[in-house]
Amino acid sequence: MDTEKQAIIKQLVDDMGTEGLVVVIGAADPEVAQVTAETVTFGDPSFAGPLAGVSLRLPVYHILEPEVKKVIPQDVYKEQAGFLELVANTEEIGKIFREIRGKARET
Amino acid sequence: MYDPVIKACSHVLIHTPSFVRYGSKPSREIDDSTTPVLPAIETHLRSFEEAVEYPPNQVFIGNLHPDRLNGIEQPWYRHPVEDASRYGAYGEIMPEEEFLGLMKLADDFDLMWIEKESAPMIKKSLQAHPFWNNSDLGKIDAAVEMARIHDKIENQGSLPLYCHGRIVGCMHRHHEKDDALKAQVLMENLMAKASGALALTHLLKKSDIRADEIDLLLNCSEEAVGDRYNRGGGGLAKAIGEMCGCVSATGCDIKAFCVGPIYALVHAAGLVKSGLFNKVVVVGGGSMAKLGMKFKGHLAKGMPILEDVLGGLAFLVTGDDGESPSIRMDSIGKHDIGSGSSQQNIMESLVLKPLDRMGKKITDVDRYAVELQNPEVTVPAGSGNVPLTNYRMIGALAVLRREMNREGIDRFVLEHGMPGFSPTQGHIPAAVPFLGHAIDAIKRGEMNNAMFVARGSLFLGRMTQLSDGLSFLIEKNPGRKAPN
Amino acid sequence: MFKGKKIIVFGDRDGVPGPAIAACMKAAGAEVVLTVTECFV
Repeated sequence: MDTEKQAIIKQLVDDMGTEGLVVVIGAADPEVAQVTAETVTFGDPSFAGPLAGVSLRLPVYHILEPEVKKVIPQDVYKEQAGFLELVANTEEIGKIFREIRGKARET
Repeated sequence: MYDPVIKACSHVLIHTPSFVRYGSKPSREIDDSTTPVLPAIETHLRSFEEAVEYPPNQVFIGNLHPDRLNGIEQPWYRHPVEDASRYGAYGEIMPEEEFLGLMKLADDFDLMWIEKESAPMIKKSLQAHPFWNNSDLGKIDAAVEMARIHDKIENQGSLPLYCHGRIVGCMHRHHEKDDALKAQVLMENLMAKASGALALTHLLKKSDIRADEIDLLLNCSEEAVGDRYNRGGGGLAKAIGEMCGCVSATGCDIKAFCVGPIYALVHAAGLVKSGLFNKVVVVGGGSMAKLGMKFKGHLAKGMPILEDVLGGLAFLVTGDDGESPSIRMDSIGKHDIGSGSSQQNIMESLVLKPLDRMGKKITDVDRYAVELQNPEVTVPAGSGNVPLTNYRMIGALAVLRREMNREGIDRFVLEHGMPGFSPTQGHIPAAVPFLGHAIDAIKRGEMNNAMFVARGSLFLGRMTQLSDGLSFLIEKNPGRKAPN
Repeated sequence: MFKGKKIIVFGDRDGVPGPAIAACMKAAGAEVVLTVTECFV
């Protein structure tokens, strides 16, 4: 995630606190999604941006995870995101994101 | 009148390792980082030979078909093409010292000084180029002493120009308080002009059309030529045309982020079809800002910095000639404002709607060219494989249309797509680097048609959340005698 | 899960774009506080 976006998130958290804040990601590539998710959870992995060493531990979800899909009205989901279920590996994405959330709770 | 044709095309690369430091990302990192970044960049730059032998670069200039990349083990930079030539069917890969000379030829305002001791080397290398061996290179002779160059750099905001590790000149600002005319911006603009001119020169040499026959030039480079009152005011089309002797042409610049080349080609086709213009050139020079954009990922993986080349493209659109592939005027797919942000709606607008109009199925199109960024540049930097995702989306449309089942997507990608081979130069990867290969394959009868689909990120300019896209299809010329 | 939550959206031009995710989140009863679409090229 580029430094500008990290700065925006950090500012947002400084202003609003982390209470009730949730991050939802839409990258089709599992690795790309993973990097973004880990950055907002554990901090900037390259230790270069404003989130370097900042472990926000925000709950993070991917829009293509089955458990996310379940709570969105199906007509809206189908129109806005459903198509990417055919394109992306949703199982792998789900596994990656469950692991990141699990790790964030443990540590 | 029949549909217009794309009569000729050129694709060029310029190896500019010494300018990587001036790319947007590297220059910010060099300024901001607490650890020394520049030495790390310099030790990860490629030689000219390495850039020439790099398989995706050989695909770009037309010496290898994109499919050949499927058979070359990755990383491709470890598997150089044997006996690779810097010249190819569609253009060339130009070394830095020649390009510095070309930049000076493009300089009409004495923006760039060449240092006295380096001038003979720069002049000699450009003179060895078949296109410039009989040209007046006097501009390069007007070189200056190193002391004056140092003075300009230290006291007047000029930026040093390097080649093979030493200062060979400098680039000046042209107004003390105008950010649109500062040295870095002028350097970026001059490089776009010179690389666009290189592409156009190849185009003119390749086609049997004289420069003075061109009547319109559309520039689709990613730059913002202008001044403080009008950043991005334009004028690069005519600047490039002037440099190439297109004395009978007018021209203007077309801006649409990465979709620029497709918009320019669609405009060109429409203007030719309407009869307003007869021989229209679409030209795009390279983007200095994007050099080294993903360099951090490359350094982290111990790879060479692969974004060390500028790209350049030029296309000639004319009325039907009875042999070149036609741009089907009923094939334009557009991303309407009302298409919103649903990926499915966007892809249907770009791919399905035009196919329905033409009565074609998705699998009736032999090849799709999408955003063709080289994955070896983007994947190590955590940016994914952009062409692959886009091909999978077109495959997914075919699944929804029941043209195939979901298991068929991988095969669809292999047969109707191709691996990305273009440098990440914004507008350069925008589907059109496949045009040369497509035109030749269609002329040889190996393919009937190809669709070109490019996407743009308008939201990066912060004026809309919209993205953009545009597409068109070319197909085998029916070979009729033109009625007019 | 998202009802009443404040959502930061990170969409992808070549995946699910930001505004598309935002529409899903609003439909699920959440408040979207930031929508970003990434362009990785």
